[in-house]
Amino acid sequence: MTLPFPSRPLPALLVLSACLLAACGEQSDTAPSAAPGGGLPAMDAPLIVRLGHVAPLTGPQAHLGKDNENGARLAIDDLNAEGFQIGDKPARFELLGEDDQADPRQGTTVAQKLADSRVNAVIGHLNSGTTIPASRIYHDAGIVQVSPSATNPQYTRQGYAGAFRVFADDVQQGGALGAFAMKNLNARRIAIIDDRTAYGQGLADEFEKAAKAAGAEIVTREYTTDKATDFASILTKVKSTSADLLFYGGMDTQAGPMARQLKTLNLGIPMLFGDGGCTVEFHKLAGEGAEGHYCSLPGVPLEKMAGGTAFRDRYKAKFNTDIQLYAPYAYDAVRVVAEAMKKAGSTDRMKFLPELEQINYPGLTAQIAFDEKGDIKNGAVTLYQAKAGAWSPLETMGGDATP
Amino acid sequence: MTLPGDPKLRARLGIVLIGIALAVLPFVVGANFGNSWVRIIDFALLYVMLALGLNIVVGFAGLLDLGYIAFYAVGAYLYALLSSPHLATAFPAVFASAPAWSVWLVLPLGALVAGLFGVLLGTPTLKLRGDYLAIVTLGFGEIIRIFLNNLNAPLNLTNGPQGINNIQSAEIAGQSLGRSFELFGLQIPSVTAHYYFFLALTLLVIFICVRLQDSRLGRAWVAIREDELAARACGINTRNVKLLAFGLGATFGGVAGGLFAGFQGFVSPESFGLLESIMVLCMVVLGGMGHIAGVILGALLLALLPEVLRWGAAPVQQWLFGKVLVDPESLRLLLFGVALVLVMRWRPAGLWPSALRKRELAAHAEVA
Amino acid sequence: MDIFIQQIINGLVLGSIYALVALGYTMVYGILGLINFAHGEVVMIGALTALTAIGLLVPSGLPGPVVVLGGLLIAIPVCMAVGFSIERIAYRPLRNAPRLAPLITAIGVSIVLQQLAMMGWGRNYHTFPAILPTTPHQVFGAAITDLQILIVVTAAVLMAALLWLITRTRLGRAMRATSENPAVARLMGVDVDRVIAFTFVLGSALAAVAGVMVAANYSIAHYAMGFMLGLKAFTAAVLGGIGNVGGAMLGGLLLGIIESLGAGYIGDLTGGFLGSHYQDVFAFFVLILVLVFRPSGLMGEKVAERA
Repeated sequence: MTLPFPSRPLPALLVLSACLLAACGEQSDTAPSAAPGGGLPAMDAPLIVRLGHVAPLTGPQAHLGKDNENGARLAIDDLNAEGFQIGDKPARFELLGEDDQADPRQGTTVAQKLADSRVNAVIGHLNSGTTIPASRIYHDAGIVQVSPSATNPQYTRQGYAGAFRVFADDVQQGGALGAFAMKNLNARRIAIIDDRTAYGQGLADEFEKAAKAAGAEIVTREYTTDKATDFASILTKVKSTSADLLFYGGMDTQAGPMARQLKTLNLGIPMLFGDGGCTVEFHKLAGEGAEGHYCSLPGVPLEKMAGGTAFRDRYKAKFNTDIQLYAPYAYDAVRVVAEAMKKAGSTDRMKFLPELEQINYPGLTAQIAFDEKGDIKNGAVTLYQAKAGAWSPLETMGGDATP
Repeated sequence: MTLPGDPKLRARLGIVLIGIALAVLPFVVGANFGNSWVRIIDFALLYVMLALGLNIVVGFAGLLDLGYIAFYAVGAYLYALLSSPHLATAFPAVFASAPAWSVWLVLPLGALVAGLFGVLLGTPTLKLRGDYLAIVTLGFGEIIRIFLNNLNAPLNLTNGPQGINNIQSAEIAGQSLGRSFELFGLQIPSVTAHYYFFLALTLLVIFICVRLQDSRLGRAWVAIREDELAARACGINTRNVKLLAFGLGATFGGVAGGLFAGFQGFVSPESFGLLESIMVLCMVVLGGMGHIAGVILGALLLALLPEVLRWGAAPVQQWLFGKVLVDPESLRLLLFGVALVLVMRWRPAGLWPSALRKRELAAHAEVA
Repeated sequence: MDIFIQQIINGLVLGSIYALVALGYTMVYGILGLINFAHGEVVMIGALTALTAIGLLVPSGLPGPVVVLGGLLIAIPVCMAVGFSIERIAYRPLRNAPRLAPLITAIGVSIVLQQLAMMGWGRNYHTFPAILPTTPHQVFGAAITDLQILIVVTAAVLMAALLWLITRTRLGRAMRATSENPAVARLMGVDVDRVIAFTFVLGSALAAVAGVMVAANYSIAHYAMGFMLGLKAFTAAVLGGIGNVGGAMLGGLLLGIIESLGAGYIGDLTGGFLGSHYQDVFAFFVLILVLVFRPSGLMGEKVAERA
């Protein structure tokens, strides 16, 4: 773990106390005005690009937050190792990793902190619930924000020019899931469970719309929470409706045990869920109950992308753990920002924002281009099936999912 | 330098000095540490309001309330509904345009509605005491949160887990606090404007609390806290007095909630969980139950301490051990827990107990 | 009908787990009049310790139930030590403090244990190895596993043993005396400190058993699992009448069945207006009703007024 914020508070404190001891005039000005990218440093000094990264590093979603941060960190290390140049100058990327605890209030606090330190761009946040309130602060401060994983459509529909995401939103992914359920799984009677979080409910609602539009019947809509471990009673309810498919809107931490409990209840219908359950962890959590279920991930399978498997191996080597979920998207988010800066030859937001809007960059997870809202264009969604303890890709649904 | 001898004059001088300090605080902090610290102070002021409200229930009247954050939620959602396009989007037939009520209308309304909820909670729990009251209030807090989380169907009242976005900032004298503006040649950032707004309301809350404490009602609360039976025997209408405690305490929560919604621009049910209730309770108890200054201290400490730790933990470890042994995030919560245990062990009446409580506790200890 | 039976079985299994955890709450409350908020965390530590031990034992090739028993035998003393330390460090010094003080330390201890567990076991969910048979039996068209039967039986046996201990043994008499009036009990020659310490240790041993049961039934454990479970179990204890061992059992089973039936049927009964998203509301709502109309819980004695 590197320092989240090495230089600021302590020196400022020292300066302050120094000022109290001896009346100092200009010294106190140095701390706040040392903004990066101003071009003041000596001729050959590298251009410092500071990127903020925000995700929950404590609490129940900490493992995902750490994963995102690792993805972003890997991108930064790569950029520095490549000798990435911006405007003919070697650039040195720095990451300021912050913890928002998946709490909206903490989210705005760290957003303000990143705004204060005038980072060149922010990668994050992980959750929609923190991304949306934070986006207002970044917008006011004129900071570009690229979320690798927030899926709530609202985020990019607030009219903020600097808000982007490299991930299919709920509408895109829910639409693809709905089409898949009807076309490929031939589901006619679908039961839906969601975890009453912004993510789970949002995705489940969009799935319901898409499935209904395609002619499926939603036989029951049940609910759980993102902390629950016991799903016996709602699954029994699902059993009583003789559904032929169970859609779950939520994370792997519930989807896994739920798949297991399906089995103990003798309920042999397939489950379908979105990216939140599409993890390595799901197989561990579901055990032998994992086999045969379906999930979706935005983008194209890592194996099919140039450098995808290499990325997986390098990640494992560097952090000594497997990719949890969104690390490749966080990696892409950093790379796409760097690419826009390179094209603009500047780290100034006014200069690289137009480039980011126009970008067409071959990322790890997809060919990345943004529509006018800042959402990823033509967000492809890939469907996977659990086979022998791993997710094997079935089909990539390229999509004009956005209406 | 000599201080004036007259104690009254000295007190007045103290107040003036504190006033000046509070007035320049956001500029000093903002210039030296950045606006994020001003934002943290803004939140700390909200917590002061919350803690003072809870102090009426727990500290004055001695009723243990573990669901206090529900009133904060009620205030926040009321403000959100009346200052965002949500109602107009959800019920286009009823609301032709987005309601944009004046903050001077919404805040008192939020206080009133939260107060009503307080009485609503108080009524069935009048006969309960002690830990049972704690669990019922805890349940009440959770029920409110769950309803906020689920009232998006069949009628989309709260927009469910997605929360309500695009909430307008408070507007004072035609100036929205949501953007930075210029006043007397000074650039006032949004967080600083909010600071003064929150500070004014916090001072009002403190004033009300001080007046309440010395009032007939305040003494009746203390009487109930110490011995409900004896209080009733003295002719105190315990039912009304208790309901007033719940109602008034909730009022402050409602105001703080409204301010929170306008400040954040976004509310969602996850901001109003049980841990938040426990946090506010800790502020009251840690600072010193029933002692206004102590409660303010407790609120400031607990609201600021995690931030100080978050920002200071890594550099200090680096300096001490040459590397970071424990993630600052874990350390922050860990130290928070340890501090709770240690403070309760060595100063069970709080960091800054009132003189009266101290005497009472000493007397209790002798009896026991 | 088979669906209804299935829901009752679901409720019984869930309720037995609540009851096991609730026993720990109710014992401490019965003796000290103190909500041991950290009890849920002791359950969590029991579950994670057992999982670690089981993970080490699995390669030995012993049969599944023996491995689980081994994990349990390691988890129990660990939890006992944790429970003993909690009482010694956080509660004993505060016995004469204002009533809220130990509640606050309990919350503090809860946070500390959770963070320590996170440092020790990491942030990921830990899974239970597939060593127990999971093929369900058919009972009147409903499914139940061996493990679930075992959970219900264990809860019942432990409660009976506890009742026997409290009503029939010397130690139990000392516990009852302490619960009635510690000062007088002391005068009668009861070593109050030891009785209280014993209560905590015993409660923690039960927490270890509950932790292993939870981890085995749901096949998962992680550092944040204790809080919600503790809250529900505490609700169950209050529902049954806190301080009353039989009440904890009854409250646990009732809460489990209420949640199960509520989640299963309320949607149909209210025409879809209420649904399983209000599962937690039912639990708290029933609790509030019970407390308002019968404040001492279903089986509790009338609680004396405490200053």
